[in-house]
Amino acid sequence: MSSVAVSNKKGFGATLWDYLTTVDHKKLGVMYLFAGTLFFAIAGFEALLMRIQLMIPNNDFVSAGTFNELLTMHGTTMLFLAATPLLFGFMNAIVPLQIGARDVAFPFLNSLGFWLFFLGAIFLHLSFFLGGAPDAGWTNYASLALYSPGHGIDFYVLGLQISGAGTLISGINFIVTIITMRAPGMTFMRMPLFTWTTLISSTLILFAFPPLTVGLFFMLVDRMFGANFFDHTMGGNTIIWEHLFWIFGHPEVYILVLPAFGLFSEIIPVFARKRLFGYSSMVFATILIGFLGFMVWAHHMFTTGLGATANAIFAVATMAIAVPTGMKVFNWIMTIWGGSVKVTVPMLYALGFIPSFVAGGVTGVMQAAAPLDYQLHDSYFIVAHFHYVIVGGIVTAIFGSMHFYWPIMFNRALNEKLGVLTFWIFFIGFHLTFFLQHFLGLMGMPRRVFTFQADQGWDLFNFISSIGAIMMAIGVVLLVINIIITAKSKPLNCRDYWGDGRSLEWAIKTPVPFYNFKQTPLIRGFDPYWLEKHDGNKEGMIYAEPLGDIHMPNNSILPLVMSIGTFIAAFGALYHPDGVAWSIPVIIIGLGITVASMILRSVKDDLGYHVHVEEVIATEEHLYGKGGNK
Amino acid sequence: MMKGLKKWRLFSLLAVMTVFLSACGEEYISTLKPAGAVGKEQFNLLLFSITIMALVVIVVSVLYLYAFMKARRSKLGDDYMPKQVEGSHTLEVIWTVIPIVLLLILAVPTLIGTYKFADVKAMEEVDEEGNKTALTVNVTAKLYWWEFEYPEQGIITAQELVVPTGEKVYFNLKAADVKHSFWIPAVGGKMDTNVENMNKFYLEFDEESEGLKDGVFYGKCAELCGPSHALMDFKVKAVDRAEFDQWVAAMQSTEGATASADSTDLGEQTFANSCLMCHAVSGVGAAGAMGPNLTAFGDRNRVAGVLEHSKESLEEWVADPESIKPGNLMTGKYGELSDEEISAVADYIMSLSVEQ
Repeated sequence: MSSVAVSNKKGFGATLWDYLTTVDHKKLGVMYLFAGTLFFAIAGFEALLMRIQLMIPNNDFVSAGTFNELLTMHGTTMLFLAATPLLFGFMNAIVPLQIGARDVAFPFLNSLGFWLFFLGAIFLHLSFFLGGAPDAGWTNYASLALYSPGHGIDFYVLGLQISGAGTLISGINFIVTIITMRAPGMTFMRMPLFTWTTLISSTLILFAFPPLTVGLFFMLVDRMFGANFFDHTMGGNTIIWEHLFWIFGHPEVYILVLPAFGLFSEIIPVFARKRLFGYSSMVFATILIGFLGFMVWAHHMFTTGLGATANAIFAVATMAIAVPTGMKVFNWIMTIWGGSVKVTVPMLYALGFIPSFVAGGVTGVMQAAAPLDYQLHDSYFIVAHFHYVIVGGIVTAIFGSMHFYWPIMFNRALNEKLGVLTFWIFFIGFHLTFFLQHFLGLMGMPRRVFTFQADQGWDLFNFISSIGAIMMAIGVVLLVINIIITAKSKPLNCRDYWGDGRSLEWAIKTPVPFYNFKQTPLIRGFDPYWLEKHDGNKEGMIYAEPLGDIHMPNNSILPLVMSIGTFIAAFGALYHPDGVAWSIPVIIIGLGITVASMILRSVKDDLGYHVHVEEVIATEEHLYGKGGNK
Repeated sequence: MMKGLKKWRLFSLLAVMTVFLSACGEEYISTLKPAGAVGKEQFNLLLFSITIMALVVIVVSVLYLYAFMKARRSKLGDDYMPKQVEGSHTLEVIWTVIPIVLLLILAVPTLIGTYKFADVKAMEEVDEEGNKTALTVNVTAKLYWWEFEYPEQGIITAQELVVPTGEKVYFNLKAADVKHSFWIPAVGGKMDTNVENMNKFYLEFDEESEGLKDGVFYGKCAELCGPSHALMDFKVKAVDRAEFDQWVAAMQSTEGATASADSTDLGEQTFANSCLMCHAVSGVGAAGAMGPNLTAFGDRNRVAGVLEHSKESLEEWVADPESIKPGNLMTGKYGELSDEEISAVADYIMSLSVEQ
């Protein structure tokens, strides 16, 4: 088993098997990254189709029904199946390195989380070929969802249930990893900001996904068995869905944006060559945003008809979130202040992020003013607002971090020149697309419309917005080209690619060996690598233990098998309302596979294996030449 | 001196915002050209908040650009080693307190407005004779059309709301099938029509709609409700009180009107045979019809909410509603009509009018 480490030439089949069974956080990080990119591209393409449809009034490029499927799948995919896995990719690849861990706390669960997410996502996308995608919006409001014919909504409910379970499992895994697996000396207040935001965001997942699971389960049994949780003619209530959805849905925004904040908090100090300003207040602000994130869900429901006092409380609570968010922005600016800023591609994204995100933030505060929101709600103003936050905040973080962390993840660097070009095309396209949409909303254009009449004064802005969308698409294509070109470039085999790395992940030489650090490092302060580097330590770290045998987990195919079981069972549940005879057997077979795998995993002890000292030394010499990781 | 300067800046920013924003949009649909008290207050809150926010954006951008311009490595040289600063308590306090103050300032009009717009107590007020003093309209949103019932007046219409200017008009809002949202952008903010409960709010119409391009304000459905969500438009005619009373009387006088299957007119005959089951031609009645009330169809502004108001459009609609509003509930309810029948029934429906 351990010999896998040294031999590097493998056939296609062996490589595939390796990826299907891997429990290595670095490989899972790469898998998350590519799966996320795939779904990002699909959802982006859906957006492009919608913008082409809205380019001119009364267009018939796509039909009304198709448009609703596109808008639903765009939102659902971008949030659940693109942004989440892309960020999970970085969390997986980077967090264990940042805290000096061998791997995550539960490598098996890590793999299970990925496969559940991936098969749930595939299941959801099969809807396009099996009778139509969900069409009730990513919010899936109950009255429309129950009314929607066909199986689209069932795909939504089952697909998200499966992939949501994966997300929840991964979230728990990160919480345990960060709390228990930190290297000696890595106290909480020495943890890098990205690790902090991963911890808080995982905690949000732990509390926010259960309400979604409950809501989806209610919806599932409503549609499968007529349970009438939401059918008001039978005493159900659709507003409960809105509450359940947004109790999940609002924290979801912070689940995504906090890691993005964390990534920028890593990028900015490196390229400003300066310690992150106000570290402790950044940590405090992260926790506060996470906490307040649960107190504001009803601001999505100001026009639902809640009482005035409910609206007033949620309005003020929402405004309060602006304070910790503002603290973060000022701290980033003060990190740049007096620094020495090198404008690389990651830094370009960070520099573009600050004003874009501030613009998205202030429109959020405007919507917190409930009486004003009565006008803004469900108009294009909202569309503009949340795209400023999501594209301006999260997508820029993901693109920037791809450039930033590519050397660690792939031992290769993305092309800078092409990166700069991509940034400008994408960034200008982004503002062109969404800035004018604020005004479209104020001019009375509702969101989620498949077309508009020509006499309402919206033609020009819609046209410009569509041009911007095309530019964004070009930007993404360039990024993909960059990734392909880079795959063929020479390996870097270096440490601290950007030259000013601060946290522990930069102390390790690339390619990172499968066991990460050969000895667990000892952390002497915040920004440990910077500290050691400037103390003249060429190796970049000191060690907490002598070189010894390394205990590693075994690969396993069981996570994939378990996930396939749920995938099969979902088809049974999907077709059950049609009265087909095979639906119950399929559910039983599917869940049987899952349960059997769980039993197998439980009864068969898997104690992992040891990499012996000689093998560690051999691996290091193989990777880095004589002297190993010196 | 400094304070005065700051105030002046804020004021000029506000002025610029006002000019810039009010240049946007068409007056019959833009929230930036409010034609009613509710919309005006919301517009003022927009100006107020956008001014504060513009100020924030400007301050942040200036700080950020200044910090960046001074800190470029291309100017400082590759070897420059910045001082590693931990942070500053003073600064942290400043950028915590200032936003809190700004938010408190914004919270005041927010709270006032929230309670004010939710106040519908006047709906229940009655005069000595027990008649309600305020005008109430019951709005029922249905898959892709709107029903407007005036319970006190005992009349009902659809797709074109008629309201008096210069007074508060109260609305009871409900959906018949799936959730919709009732929005007249130029007059005021929206309110959802839920399936299980009645929402209540009020709007005020200060300007008559007569002078507008089509003589009406545009109303929209703002909540995704199915394929034809984008086409679920309605129109609002705001008239002075006298004209409104006149309209009410005209509607009331249509009591008992119906189409006869024995009529010599092919259009009326066809209507009676194929349409009357769902569409009433008397303006007196209560909510809950299968299809829009057509009593005042000839006075309306659009066919099916979106098509030009002409006989040709109506024929097109009757011939194949699905091609115009996918997912509508009219398709397939009335069998095949010949071209001749369609033309005749279109003539008949266009002739239905209560205005002179």
